[in-house]
Order: sequence, then C-alpha cells, then structure tokens
Amino acid sequence: MSSILVYSLTGAALIGIGIYGFVRSAHLLRRLIAFNIVGSGVFLLFGAFARRISGAEADPVPQAIIITGIVVAFAATALGAALAIALEHKRRGASVEEVEGEEGNA
Amino acid sequence: MTHAFDILLCLMILAVSGAAIMGRDLFVSIALFVIYGLLLAIAWVRLDAIDVALAEAAIGAGLSGILLLRGLSEVRDSTAKRALRAPLTILLGTSVAAAVGWAVSDLVERELGLQQRVGEHLAASGVANPVTAVLLNFRGWDTLLESIVLLAALAGVWAVSPGRGALGRPHVHRHLAGEDVLSTFGRFLAPLGFVVGAYVVWTGSSAPGGAFQAGTVLAAVWLLTMMAKLSSPPAISDLRLRTALIIGPLLFLAVGSTGLLAGAFFSFPAPHAGVMIVAIELVLAVSIAATLAMLVLGTPRSAP
Amino acid sequence: MILDGAAAMLILVGLFFFTAGTVGLLRFPDVHSRLHALTKADNLGLGFIVLGAAIHLRDGWAIAKLILLWGLAVAAAGAVAQLIARAALASGVEGDDDTRL
Repeated sequence: MSSILVYSLTGAALIGIGIYGFVRSAHLLRRLIAFNIVGSGVFLLFGAFARRISGAEADPVPQAIIITGIVVAFAATALGAALAIALEHKRRGASVEEVEGEEGNA
Repeated sequence: MTHAFDILLCLMILAVSGAAIMGRDLFVSIALFVIYGLLLAIAWVRLDAIDVALAEAAIGAGLSGILLLRGLSEVRDSTAKRALRAPLTILLGTSVAAAVGWAVSDLVERELGLQQRVGEHLAASGVANPVTAVLLNFRGWDTLLESIVLLAALAGVWAVSPGRGALGRPHVHRHLAGEDVLSTFGRFLAPLGFVVGAYVVWTGSSAPGGAFQAGTVLAAVWLLTMMAKLSSPPAISDLRLRTALIIGPLLFLAVGSTGLLAGAFFSFPAPHAGVMIVAIELVLAVSIAATLAMLVLGTPRSAP
Repeated sequence: MILDGAAAMLILVGLFFFTAGTVGLLRFPDVHSRLHALTKADNLGLGFIVLGAAIHLRDGWAIAKLILLWGLAVAAAGAVAQLIARAALASGVEGDDDTRL
C-alpha cells in the first residue's frame, strides 16, 4: 500500500468520522469540531493527490488551495462560535444583559 | 519502512479524532482536537507540504483551539444527541467514507499535476517558493477573496453584538491567578514574536512561510499581550483597528488593478514581481493578524 | 556516520524522557505532581531531541533556530505550569496526601 493511499484512505475515514459527529451531536461546539474534522479530512485527500507521483516534487497548486481552505474553515468556525455564544446569551435571558449593560460590566 | 511511520501516524490521527468526537467532556474533546491538528501537521510534513503544515499547526490547531475554549467558557456543555439514531448515523458515516475511499483508491498514479507548469513560470513569478508563487501570483485573485472572506466573517461576528455592545470592546476574561507570570512572559515574547512573524513573511519567498502563517504568529502574540493585561482589546469603532484590518486586502486589490495597465488583472510584471509580492505580503500579514485576533476575541458586549 | 549514530542516540534518550513524562501525567495522583513530571521530563526530553537534531543538521543557522525553539518551549512550559499551579491553588484543589507543597 503506497503511503499516498494511506493518507487518502485516512482522509476518507476522517470525513466519515466527522459526519457521524456532526449528525449525532446537538451541542453547537461539538458540531463545529466535527465540521472541522470533515474539512481537514477533505484537505488530507487533496494533499495526498498533490503528492501523487512519488519521487517527483509535490504539486503546489492543491497545497495553496488547502491553505486557503484552512483559513476559510477557521473563519467559518469563528463565526459559528460567535453565533453559538450569542445564542447562549440570548437563552439566558435579556434581563441579565440589561443589568450588564447598565452597570457597565465587562 | 517509511510506510510503517505513515500507517502509525494515520492510525493515531483516526484514534484521536474519534476520541474527540465521542468524548463526554467537551474540554477533553477540544484538547484532543488540538492534538489532532498537530498530528495532522506532521502528516502534512510527510506529504511534502510544509507551508500547509505551518498553517495547520498555527490556525487549524492553535487558533481554532483557543476559539473553541473561549466558546466552552460561555456555552454550557451537554451531551444531548439529535434525532437520528446511532446505528443509522454510523451507517451514514461509514458509507460516505467507504464511497470516498473506493473512489480514491481507484486513482491511477499516472499523471503529473501542475508541477511542471508552475516550475516553468517560477522564475518569472518573482519568488522561489512555488506555493507562495501560486498563492500570491498565479492564483492571487483567490488569495484576495480569501482575505475578504476573513473580513466578512469578522463583520458577521460583530453583527451579533447585543444592542448596547454595538461599537464596543470585546473583552478578555481576566480572572487569573499568576498574572505577573503571564505579563513577564508577554513582555518577553512580544518583541520576539514580532521578529519571528516578520521573518516568516520574508522567508516565505524562498522557503516555507508566508503571509497567513506570519499573520497567525502576530495575532497570537497580540492576543497574549491582551491576556497578560499589557494592552487592552480595541473598541471595534477604533479607526486604527479598522485601517489595519482593510489595508492589506486594499493594497492587494490596488496592486492587482495596476496589473490591468500591464495587460491583465492581477498580473505582476516580471522584473518587479518579487518586490511587489513581498510588499503585499508584509501588509497583508498585518491585516490578517488583526482580523484573526479580532475573530478570536469575538463579539463585543459592552459599550466602549 | 558516528555523528548520525550519536544524533539517533540523543533523540532516543529524549523520547525516553517524553515517555517518562507521559507516564507521570497518567499515573501521578494530583495536579501538582503531574505538572512536576510533565514540565521537567518534557523539557529535558526536548533538550535531548534538539541536541540530536543539531548534531544531525550541522548547519549554523538551523542550530541557532533549534536553540531558539527550545528556549521558547521551555519558557512557554514554565509560564503555563505556573499558571496552572496557581489556578489549582486558587480554586482549592487539594494535593494528594503524600504530596508536600
């Protein structure tokens, strides 16, 4: 089994693991973790493609695209986390926030 | 023999990611997720993608971990599950993984990718690192859009601030014992981190590195100084902050537009390409650093 | 040849220290002793690995960067260990009966 195939199959397995976590968990942060695992599984697949021919140099175009993907996945995770926190604050009730705002508590 | 290392590494990656998904304690899951990111960085090194390894370790493992920990401090943990039953979900995950795996294992290692095309034009691109050449020159348009996506995410994070928090300051939790330790560490690390960040951008032209990796280092150093109470998070209405955020993509867009005069949008004329790319990367690193740090700081809640 | 062998030996010693630190993390009864095992063993392990890598690479700049790396790792580990220990103390985590602070 060539090492490229090992990484490709690992990427495929990570996608499956991430999908399981995403579909099963109700907690938003856990789902963010699962989403990131799916994303990095796809990146691993892509990175294995970039290294297809052993002995030759790696293909830089997929690698650049993966870097872009990592950054965008982080941006999505950051937005998701902010939304999760905002949702939690809303659940806890508006009255708590009004008190915080008036007293200038950080 | 080297295959054994790859197989072992991949088994560890699968085990750690599985444990992160199944974990009962969210804190443990997040810690395992960070470890998973670092193991993945090693996998990238094995796949000859050092730039990707740097980005994964810094952004994928490091910053994402901080983000999730911050979320954990504000959102109650729960192990509630959604409606779809476990066996069905396992079936779903396994079938998707199997389908992808089957499709992938059929690929014949026959064709060379774009290595040759990139190699031929590398000298004209102005830099010696092929990944940087692709990111900043050949596919510069994508990188510009990527930095704008970061800004869009930040706008989204700011948009959910509650009524009185609009235009306010995000805050850093500050109930630490041992703040003197952290402030000493922050004082010592800040200038060093700045130098390392500048170095990573500079060396990205000829060795692994680049604006995104450097921006992450700078963002981490800034976050550390804020956590150490050496500086305070800026109000999001702060003009200097907003300038720092947009100056990178703006410069990138401006330089790319001047390429129109030379013939094509986002073309860098060969003799000046190297200087232009490094200049863009330095300013872009500052913008990326500011954006990443503000993304981690999150939604402002209190009035300025 | 000899130098590469020496480098390999040093890295193996470093790995041994890392293993010892991990065993300590898993087996020691409370936060303070675990921190003790972790910081001391891991820093020592990293030092040996850096030494082995330095002998293997034999390039001035690379050695300087490795030493910088080791210094940063030690500083970070020290700062974090202090913070964890003080946080544990502040939140009233009690040491094991045999642990003397």
